[in-house]
Amino acid sequence: MEPLFALLVGALFTVSIYLFMSKHIIRVLMGAAILSNAVNLLIFTAGRVTREVPPIIGANSDVLPAAAANPLPQALVLTAIVIAFSFFAFLLVLGYRAFQKLGTDDSDEMRVAEPVNEPAPPLGY
Amino acid sequence: MAGKTAGLEDLSVAFVMEPVAAADWLIPAPVVFCLLAGSVLLMLRKRTDLQPLIAIPALVILSALTLGLLAHVVINGTATMTMGRWLPPFGISFTVDALGAFFAATSSLVALAAGIYGRSDVDHSGQRYGFYPFLLLIMAGVLGAFMTGDIFNLYVWFEVLLISSFGLLVLGSERSQLDGGVKYAFLNLIATTLFLVATGYLYGLFGTLNMADIAVKASELRAAAPLMTLVTLFLLAFAMKAAAFPVNFWLPASYHTPKLVVSALFAGLLTKVGIYALLRILGMLFPVERLELSYIIAIAAALTMVLGVLGALAQNDIRRSMGFLVVSGIGVMMAGLAIGSPAGLSGTIFYAAHSMVVMTALYFAIGIGAQLGGSFMLTSAGGLYARNATLAFVTLMLFLSVSGLPPFSGFWPKVMLVKASLDIGAWWLAGAILVTGLLTTITVGRIWALAYWRPAQAEAAEQAAAQTLPAGAVAALAGLVILTIGAGIWPEPVMVLVQDAARGLIDPSAYVLSVFPGEVPQ
Repeated sequence: MEPLFALLVGALFTVSIYLFMSKHIIRVLMGAAILSNAVNLLIFTAGRVTREVPPIIGANSDVLPAAAANPLPQALVLTAIVIAFSFFAFLLVLGYRAFQKLGTDDSDEMRVAEPVNEPAPPLGY
Repeated sequence: MAGKTAGLEDLSVAFVMEPVAAADWLIPAPVVFCLLAGSVLLMLRKRTDLQPLIAIPALVILSALTLGLLAHVVINGTATMTMGRWLPPFGISFTVDALGAFFAATSSLVALAAGIYGRSDVDHSGQRYGFYPFLLLIMAGVLGAFMTGDIFNLYVWFEVLLISSFGLLVLGSERSQLDGGVKYAFLNLIATTLFLVATGYLYGLFGTLNMADIAVKASELRAAAPLMTLVTLFLLAFAMKAAAFPVNFWLPASYHTPKLVVSALFAGLLTKVGIYALLRILGMLFPVERLELSYIIAIAAALTMVLGVLGALAQNDIRRSMGFLVVSGIGVMMAGLAIGSPAGLSGTIFYAAHSMVVMTALYFAIGIGAQLGGSFMLTSAGGLYARNATLAFVTLMLFLSVSGLPPFSGFWPKVMLVKASLDIGAWWLAGAILVTGLLTTITVGRIWALAYWRPAQAEAAEQAAAQTLPAGAVAALAGLVILTIGAGIWPEPVMVLVQDAARGLIDPSAYVLSVFPGEVPQ
C-alpha cells in the first residue's frame, strides 16, 4: 500500500509544482490546494497505512492489539486540512480582490507595490 | 473516579498526576491571554472607541506576563507544562527555556509599542477592519511558536501568526496592499507547506513530534535515517520564513505596503520567528546536520547580508530601504547559526532581539517623520531636522544602532559574531559582517543626510503644516529607543541571558530533563 501512496504523493507534488510555475495566480492557487492535499497524504502515509484494527483497547486487555491503526496522523491531517482549507478560502478571496482592483491575475503585470520604472535615489546631496 | 477506572492499569503510568505548580501556569498564560483578549476585541469590533482602551492595557498585562515568565525561567531553569495531563510525548508540551522566554518578553514589549503607536497611525476604518484583534492574535501565534515544545504545534502557531499577518497586511485593501499581499501570502503559504512536508517526514522517521524526545532519539537514528534530507527541508522552509537569500523576495515586495505600524510589527517580529525555528531545530535538535550544512548556511548568510544592504542602498522609497535592511539583518543572524559555537549562537540571539526592537523603532521614526510633513521618497524628502531636531537626533541614534555602531545595542552582537567567525577561521564571514556594517552606515547616512539634514524641497515646504506630534507615537518610539540604548551601554544582563540561552541550545539536557523528569539524556 505504501509504495502506491508514495507514487500518488509524488504525482501530486509534480502537478502542483507545474502549476506554481504559471504566471496566473489562480493557477498558482490551484497548485497550492493540490500541494496541501499531497502533504496531507504524505503525513498519512508516514504514519503507516493499515486497515487492520481500529485503535481501541478491548474490554479484557490493557494494551492495543499489535497491528492497530495509528490514530495520530489522522489527527495531524485533520488539523492540516482545516488550516489548508481556511488558507485556500482566504487566498481565493485575496486573489479575486486583487483581480478586481488591479485588473489582472498575471503576476508579471502586478507591479503596483514594486513599480518598474521607480526613480533612482538621489546620487548627490 | 475509582469505580470508573477499575480494571485498567494504574493511571499514573500514562497521566501527569501531580497538580501543576502555581508558577508553571505562567507558561501557557501569555498565549491564552492573547487569544482571550483577541476574542474580546473581536466581539467589540464595532466599538472602535473602546478598542485601544482595551488592547493597550491587555498588551501591558501581556508584557508583564512574559517578563514574569522570563524571570521564572532565569531563576528556576527550563519549565514545562504538558497539556491534557497526558505524559509527554503524547500530550503537547509547552517548554520554555531561556531562549523562548527572552524572545517572548522582547516581542511582547515590541507589540506593546506597536499597540500604542497604532492609536495614532490606524484610523477609524482600520480599527473597524480589526487592527487590535489581529495584533493580539498575531502575538498569540508568535508567543506560541516561541514556547511550544512540539513540532506540529510549532506549525500550527506559524499558521496562526500567518493568517493574522494576512489580515494586518491588507488592512484597508489598497491597490499596493493587495499586490504585496498576494505575493506575501502565496510565498509564505508555500514555505509553511514545505515545513509541513518536513514535519511529515520527521514523524515518519521518529514516530514522535516532541522536541525533547527527538533530541534524545536523533543520535540513535542518525546512522539509519536520511536525516540530512530532512534537515535541509527544514532549513529551506525556515530560511524562506526568515527571508534569507535566495528565498527572500516576498519581503521587499510586501513590507512597505501596509500601514506603517503593521510594517514595523512585521519587521520586528515575523522574520525572527523563522530565525527562532532555525535555532531550535537546526541548532538544538540536529547539531550534527547543522555542522554539515554550515558552509551552505554561511554562504547564504553572507549573500543575504551583502545583497540585502545593496538592495537597501538602491531604493528611493525609505520604507522599501528599511525592508531590505531587515533582510540584511537576517543574514547577520544566519552567520551565527552557521558558526554554531556558543559565541556564535549567543551573537545570533542577541542580534535577533536587537533587531526586533530597532527595526520596529526605525519604522516608527520614519513614520513620525512622514507625519511631520516629510516624504517616504528620498528624491522629495527634506527639512526634518529644521522641523524637529529631537526627532532627527533620535532617528540618527536608531540609524547608528542598526549599523552596529557603539554605544547602541547592535554593536555587541556584531562584535560577538565577528570574533566567533574569526575564531573558526572564517575570515570571509567576518569580512561580510563588517562590509555590511559599512554599507548599512552609508545607506542610513544618506537617508539621514537627504531626509533630515537637507533643507526642505520647495513643494514640501508649502504643505509643511506645523503639526504637533501624537504623544502616544512619541512615547512608543521613546520606549524602544531607551531599550536599544540601555542594551548598548549596559549589555551585561543581556549578555548573561543570551549565553545561557545559547548553552541551552548546544546542550539540550536541561530541556529534555524538563520534559522527561528522571530520564538521563545521552
